[in-house]
Amino acid sequence: MLGDITLGQYYPGNSFIHGLDPRTKIIVTLLSIVAVFLAQSVAAYAILWAMVFFVIAVSRLPFLLVLRSVKPLLFIIVLTLAMHVLIGQGETVLYQWKFIRVTEEGVAMGVKMSMRLMLLLMFSSVLTFTTSPIVLTDGIESLLRPFRRVGVPAHELAMMMTIALRFIPTLLEETDRIIKAQTSRGADFQSGSLLQRAKNMLPILIPLFISAFRRADELAVAMEARCYHGGEGRTRMHQLAYRRGDVAAFGFAVVLLALLALLRWGPLARL
Amino acid sequence: MSMELEHVSFTYSKGTPYEKEVLHDISLTIEKSDFTAIIGHTGSGKSTLIQNLNGLLHPTAGRALIEGTDLAGKSPEARAARSKVGMVFQYPEHQLFAETVYEDVAFGPRNLGLGEDEVERRVREAMAFVGLDYEALARRSPFNLSGGQMRRVAIAGVVSMQPEYLILDEPSAGLDPGARRDVFREILELYRKRKMGMIMVTHSMEDALQFATRLIVLNDGRVFLDGKPADLFRERRQELIRVGMDIPEIYKLADALRAAGIDIPETITDRAALVKVLRRRKGGK
Repeated sequence: MLGDITLGQYYPGNSFIHGLDPRTKIIVTLLSIVAVFLAQSVAAYAILWAMVFFVIAVSRLPFLLVLRSVKPLLFIIVLTLAMHVLIGQGETVLYQWKFIRVTEEGVAMGVKMSMRLMLLLMFSSVLTFTTSPIVLTDGIESLLRPFRRVGVPAHELAMMMTIALRFIPTLLEETDRIIKAQTSRGADFQSGSLLQRAKNMLPILIPLFISAFRRADELAVAMEARCYHGGEGRTRMHQLAYRRGDVAAFGFAVVLLALLALLRWGPLARL
Repeated sequence: MSMELEHVSFTYSKGTPYEKEVLHDISLTIEKSDFTAIIGHTGSGKSTLIQNLNGLLHPTAGRALIEGTDLAGKSPEARAARSKVGMVFQYPEHQLFAETVYEDVAFGPRNLGLGEDEVERRVREAMAFVGLDYEALARRSPFNLSGGQMRRVAIAGVVSMQPEYLILDEPSAGLDPGARRDVFREILELYRKRKMGMIMVTHSMEDALQFATRLIVLNDGRVFLDGKPADLFRERRQELIRVGMDIPEIYKLADALRAAGIDIPETITDRAALVKVLRRRKGGK
């Protein structure tokens, strides 16, 4: 019943982008996001779209898969577009009816805003499609490490994320089994008043909590038995290391950012 | 009195890229009078099969019937048919939730809409059947019991609904030998005295040989072998070994003795008989 929920959307592959260091991918994604926010002119958006397509092509992800990542926010994108188009500010009125005022500037703004959202989603989904959640957490931990001095518990945060990610499928499976077990004992989760339905959830929630606590307890014991004592002095099996490809990826991001900056402030701004 | 699967196929996540067919065109008639054991590798479709038998999953093709009534659908008949099949999942004690043993065992009967008198009668009876002392345990929290007792409370919670068929998924997993023996004794009791049709999923060939009257071996979502356990182990054990399935120790031992040139009759199915044959041989020498 709950099997349809996919968490993390890692799409296994062995493309150039799959093979990059997670830190590279996180930073490049952040830089790309900054680049998206810099874009104002048509030329800038054209470059960004070209870059998204280029990145998707290099990652060898199915194009439709990446496009589908826009879907969860489709409503907001459409709403943004509609708001700007229907009640836009500006001089050049194209159409007016009561409070609805379609202006050229409004349309342009709406298209830009919704394109901006789509670009953001597509850039960041390339990151999550090409990086498994565990590797991503490693990357985040490594990037946060310099901030430990100001009290950011980088290792602990990463460990918590790893454990949570590890147990989400397990708990989903458990939930599924408990729901089925209680259903076969005649439990009904669909009918009744809201309060009644909430009460009907107890036979699911209580066993679920108990098993979550039991698992947490077992895991803690297992970790302690293997002398886990936090991040201090801990070595790792997969050392993160920058390679030549990472340099190329950084280069790509810097060029993209520079281009967008030039298009905004520089001599190309009139394009 | 039987359950039937007619050309049942089952596909998970149908219509998505993750689509996976786990049961392929299975046709089976399971008699209520049988103690049926279902054996197969992990991923052979056992769990999916039993969930199709009690209407938790509905076949993506074909039909699942009980006494001729289709289990799928929302009609009252289909609901009634589904309630004829009780299901004890793996580690059923993980589904306990109520404050007292009584409340937990009463959950099913209450959902059937029975009056409180009848509920109590059923709780008493179900607890007695699984060997739990009503006076001592009914008011206790199920979470403070031993593993074996918790499992029996969970089984009682299904038995109290008085199903005609009981499906058990690895009922002895994770129990110590004593608790295991107790649980099997109670299952046999339900089968023999209450005449419940028993369907048991197990990994243990020994259990299948000892308790079941019929053994269904699933492999890759298909019925690979089907018959009386002793017959299958006697005649088809090479095939079982070929698909990586285990056979009971007694057959392994007998085969090893045969390989060593000792003549053991093919009819041997238990330890006592084997010992007898060997004794006679020794005496004859």
